[in-house]
Amino acid sequence: MNRIKAFITDFGWPRIIIALFLLGLFISAPIVGVKLGPSFTDVFNRFGQNAIMVLALVPMVQAGCGLNFGLPLGILAGLLGSTLAMQLGFVGAPGFIVAILITIPFGLLFGLGYGKLLNKVKGEEMTIAMYVGFSAVMLFSILWLVLPYTKADLVMGYAGEGLRRSISLEKYWAKLLNDFLAVRIGDFVFPTGLMLFVGLCVLFIFVFMRTRTGTALTAVGSNPDYARASGVSVERMRTVSTVVSTVLGGVGILVYQQSFGFVQVYDAPLYMAFPAVSALLIGGASVTKASMVNVVIGTFLFQGMLTMTPSVINSVLKTDMSEVIRIIVSNGMIIYALTRKTKVTK
Amino acid sequence: MTLKADKLGKFLSDNIVTVIFLALTLVAIPFSRLSGTYILSNLIDRFARSSFLVFALILPIMAGMGINFAMVLGATAGQIGLIFAIDNNIMGVQGLVYASLLGMPISILLGWFCGQILNRARGREMVTGFILGFFMDGVYQFFGLYVMGWLIPIKTGQVAQIDGGGVRNTLGLESVRGGLDKIISLKIGPFAFPIVTFAVIALLCVFIIWFRKTKLGQDMRAIGQEQGVSHSAGINVDRTRILAIVISTLLACLGQIIYLQNMGNMFTYTSQRQAGYFAAAAILVGGATVTRATIKNVFIGVFLVHSLYITMPLAGKELFDSAMIGQYMSDFINFGIISLALVLHAWRNRRNADLARAGLRGGAALAAAGGDK
Repeated sequence: MNRIKAFITDFGWPRIIIALFLLGLFISAPIVGVKLGPSFTDVFNRFGQNAIMVLALVPMVQAGCGLNFGLPLGILAGLLGSTLAMQLGFVGAPGFIVAILITIPFGLLFGLGYGKLLNKVKGEEMTIAMYVGFSAVMLFSILWLVLPYTKADLVMGYAGEGLRRSISLEKYWAKLLNDFLAVRIGDFVFPTGLMLFVGLCVLFIFVFMRTRTGTALTAVGSNPDYARASGVSVERMRTVSTVVSTVLGGVGILVYQQSFGFVQVYDAPLYMAFPAVSALLIGGASVTKASMVNVVIGTFLFQGMLTMTPSVINSVLKTDMSEVIRIIVSNGMIIYALTRKTKVTK
Repeated sequence: MTLKADKLGKFLSDNIVTVIFLALTLVAIPFSRLSGTYILSNLIDRFARSSFLVFALILPIMAGMGINFAMVLGATAGQIGLIFAIDNNIMGVQGLVYASLLGMPISILLGWFCGQILNRARGREMVTGFILGFFMDGVYQFFGLYVMGWLIPIKTGQVAQIDGGGVRNTLGLESVRGGLDKIISLKIGPFAFPIVTFAVIALLCVFIIWFRKTKLGQDMRAIGQEQGVSHSAGINVDRTRILAIVISTLLACLGQIIYLQNMGNMFTYTSQRQAGYFAAAAILVGGATVTRATIKNVFIGVFLVHSLYITMPLAGKELFDSAMIGQYMSDFINFGIISLALVLHAWRNRRNADLARAGLRGGAALAAAGGDK
């Protein structure tokens, strides 16, 4: 009994409720006439689509920089990557690879600047990160209008300049990873390529967190004074974590785009950090600790809920309440995490 | 001479956010090609419209809780009040009073709830408040789209959505439009002064000046300085913080009603969020910091931000041949200026802390050198 109690306090009530809710949705789906096969396909697709952006948050949480509400900076690097690769005329797998190769230097650059900034504002990172992200998205909205993109399917039709609001990847690399080695079982399709790519990224961060740098990074997050005393540069580690997070955020949006089928620019990235943050927290992370398990469980639960609620609830209630449920659950989860006393004493 | 230059330098560095914003506005004004009369009469109107909202942020700053981004909870309460006023077809100033009477208890309840949450999130009130605003958006949408029209019947077609489910996305407020502004409108040349609205704002200023001197106001300032010491001095810190938020939420509710009666229409599910973004930008542009805000900051901020709002889209059109760029530019400046103000404040805090620590270590020379690690 005590062990169950300990497990519950460890796992947290919100997570248990969400997991049970999701289980309930899966059980009731066939009863209300929602096919399970396509539903599972959707859940897996959306899991892969979002997992890397959730993963991108981990290094910064571990380094004590808090939840990276400045994720849009990485996303902007990714948007530059994909639009530039398209402008240069790359398609298919090479296009996707070029997009990643362009994203990485931009991510490094943005991450470096962003990391330096966050070092100057210790203690207020989260609010500032949020506003820095918002400002960057708005600045880039201007850039999307004035940068000299010329390709006909990128720019707005009537003026011939300025990017379209959403650019179709149909002729480029839409569903590239999703369709790679995809396994079809009845009406369920397992996106093997997507899962492999996500697995690779998770493995990369898993190994990275266990290298010398990764350990130092965690030490900085757990106890900055101790880390400094053992000769670790706190500032440098925080910057490293921010850079990794930003680059990974850029790669994350590329994966998102290829699965979604569109590149969305202008104010689309404005609120993209929030679902990623909620997913990580639903997975059991706190403001100061996060692991790969948190990423996988959290993304699965959150995206599972987002996929299943519209189809199941709508066929029961005949109204689209999923949006409201999404807002309440995801933000409620963030508030829960922000107000929870962390068990590790500071 | 050097002393004067020093003073100027200090003034600039203390008010850098305001100075940058002023410079941007001064650049935007000629490019917008708007006449001085037009800008000024617009400013008077907008000043009456939105100063009240910005005042809602003063008390939490005083109590050391930073910018109360959760003031959107109060704005939401005001909007709920207005929805019912329109639905019950109560016109003019009576409609506004009705909306206030309905919105106030809701905002007190929400403020109390918000205060409880923020007390559990010490040290990160701002980000928590911000997310709380998003959370409330969800609850409010649930209320507006599902509770209204299902548990609470909507009486008029003007409020209900065309397919019958919940409250419309855009609500016309014709029946209460100018309810406060037009009671006495003094016309001087091309300018119209909404006297009653100005009187309400003046009254609020007096209230804030008076409030600072009360026991509760003093307590708030004390906990804004140092919570531990205030606790030892017998101040109930938690309760005082909650009260600061409750009053802030209440003012935001009234402020939003005043704002919307001037606008004349309401984006049911987004207007409250705009209120939060605007108020935070205004008070910071006016020279307030996360720990210090005065009535002067509110007035300067409202004038400057609105000057930019009026001129920037047109200046953008003139400069870049695109109104869209002007719009994005306003948004960028709005978010950017808040980032800048927050960064500068956090940076100064840290520098001062470093200096103090260097001083404690006896490193006076180090402290003098600027405290570089």
